[in-house]
Amino acid sequence: MGSRASSLLREEDIEEIKKETGFSHSQITRLYSRFHSLDKGENGALSREDFQRIPELAINPLGDRIINAFFPEGEDQVNFRGFMRTLAHFRPVEDNEKNKDPSAGEPLNSRNNKLLFAFRLYDLDRDDKISRDELLQVLRMMVGVNISDEQLGSIADRTIQEADTNGDMCISFSEFIKVLEKVDVEQKMSIRFLH
Amino acid sequence: MVLNNNIELLYLKDRPLGTLEAMGLFVSPFNNLLCMLLGISFTVWFTLLLVFIIVPAVFGVSFGIRRLYMKSLLKVFEWATLRIERGAKEKNHHLYKPNANGIIAKEPTSLEEELKEIRRSGSSRDLNGSSSTSTGPGPSSSEFAMSDIFYFCRRGVESIVDDEVTKRFTAEELESWNLLTRSNYNVQHISTRLTVLWGLGVVIRYCFLLPLRLTLAITGVTLLVVFTTIIGFLPNGRMKNFLSEKVHLMCYRICVRALTAIITYHHSENKPKNGGICVANHTSPIDVIILASDGCYAMVGQIHGGLMGVIQRSMVKACPHIWFERSEVKDRHLVAKRLSDHVEDKSKLPILIFPEGTCINNTSVMMFKKGSFEIASTIYPVAIKYDPRFGDAFWNSSKFGMVNYLLHMMSSWAIVCSVWYLPPMNRQEGEDAVQFANRVKAAIARQGGLVDLLWDGGLKRSKVKETFKEEQQKLYSRILVGTHEDRSRS
Repeated sequence: MGSRASSLLREEDIEEIKKETGFSHSQITRLYSRFHSLDKGENGALSREDFQRIPELAINPLGDRIINAFFPEGEDQVNFRGFMRTLAHFRPVEDNEKNKDPSAGEPLNSRNNKLLFAFRLYDLDRDDKISRDELLQVLRMMVGVNISDEQLGSIADRTIQEADTNGDMCISFSEFIKVLEKVDVEQKMSIRFLH
Repeated sequence: MVLNNNIELLYLKDRPLGTLEAMGLFVSPFNNLLCMLLGISFTVWFTLLLVFIIVPAVFGVSFGIRRLYMKSLLKVFEWATLRIERGAKEKNHHLYKPNANGIIAKEPTSLEEELKEIRRSGSSRDLNGSSSTSTGPGPSSSEFAMSDIFYFCRRGVESIVDDEVTKRFTAEELESWNLLTRSNYNVQHISTRLTVLWGLGVVIRYCFLLPLRLTLAITGVTLLVVFTTIIGFLPNGRMKNFLSEKVHLMCYRICVRALTAIITYHHSENKPKNGGICVANHTSPIDVIILASDGCYAMVGQIHGGLMGVIQRSMVKACPHIWFERSEVKDRHLVAKRLSDHVEDKSKLPILIFPEGTCINNTSVMMFKKGSFEIASTIYPVAIKYDPRFGDAFWNSSKFGMVNYLLHMMSSWAIVCSVWYLPPMNRQEGEDAVQFANRVKAAIARQGGLVDLLWDGGLKRSKVKETFKEEQQKLYSRILVGTHEDRSRS
């Protein structure tokens, strides 16, 4: 039962996660309970099947890509630290954080890191460029069988045309940021975690 | 005899007594005393049992002992909660408190609304239209925006943190501790008094309540099997039905006391009548006992082997229940035919069906299978809501087997629940079975204070159908292509 799991998390671990991600103590224990309830194999780590067991995620057109974002390069298991690190991207940006010590490194939920998370959903091969193929793949996932190849192709071409400034027919991260500079990323890529 | 004794005494006098022999001399009168005490306590025990539990069960009256027990338990729980909170504050521990409102607050916006918002914010500040090459007016100026994925992304991660379905298949988390290890959230040792109380609880539950309940359960089941078999020999008629009803009610009432179930029935004027179908939300096999101790039903189910099979076979001798062989369960037409035949015969008892098809944890009602709603008869909805503070009734069949589950049940404090009989419903003109099922489900959910979900309870074990994903893709495509059509038209 998820309830007893909270006692398996040590105080030192909670403190470290707090420092790294910025979640509060009670949020971390509750998320640990959730992690534990998803972990059917009870081995302290989640596999891709554990995520796919969530029906609402399984019917999300981008479900597989989102699940992928939790797993580091080439690995099949994600532990609680990794789980929290990925979730931290979706913490809302609080005002007092903007005044924090800049030498502590950029917080995981900064605008830049949120955009990077979204960029990585497109950029499957992690070459820091979204190629036409990669864009088409994501488009195909989102529309299913309802739009023809030609139409989808022209949508992709138009999008690259609008965003590409250096003419390499790919969208780099900086071009991606430029396209989305007017979008309220902080709000759209944040989840309201309750205390 | 006297000679022998004298010889023994002679022997004893001549040599010193060994310790074993000495003990033997002491044990034998002790033995007698022990036997006498055991005999007396058993007699007292059984008399008390008979007078306070079985006889009231037979006649359907109640002394109110169970309610008194429930009230005192509540007081103990309150004290325990206060003590834990105070202890945690003193030691500066962080208490794990499952938030009743959930981990996150979800925005209930739809795909369309959200995409419009994102695109509007993306282009509204871009009044000069410098980088945008589109010529269309307003927010739908670009067909596809790279920010479209934000919606799916956020929804996906929200469902990873908190989704509506997976949490329905594990026991509900309590807000405060109820002195059972199985629902303990925090470190046990907050105070010695609390630990002592917990220990006392363990002793009471396992050494006193559990044997008592087992005795009652065995009595109840044995009586059911024996009496229904006897009644089976009678010719069909009013006498047989009358006796069968009495016997069934009596045995179920004994079983109710075997679980220390404290049930409150509401709106008994709506109790199901002959020729109708009673539907209820399903949380555990105990639901059957709870409903059947207040009225007579015809049960529907698969024939099992073992003890369950014996009970089923003897029950059907006294009055007609609907048991299916394993092979017949798959044949939906056969099932429907047998159900409608039973329902048409007004002399037969109302059928009891659980349309969810599986046990849910009593926080929500999941999709009702339409089979029972296709049969033309009156539906009597019943809502059952358990109070989780006294014992969790949910059967997590993937984690615990039946025996383990019953053991848990019999070693909890009590099973407290409320049963609401809702007014009968009929299928209306132009309503198909699925809509009717949803209407009944909504009524049950509303009455029981449960969340009304459209998801299928079968998701406990199986994967979700691809059609749901295809629906989302269709919706998104319409947004993309729709703007294209508008542009070509203008």
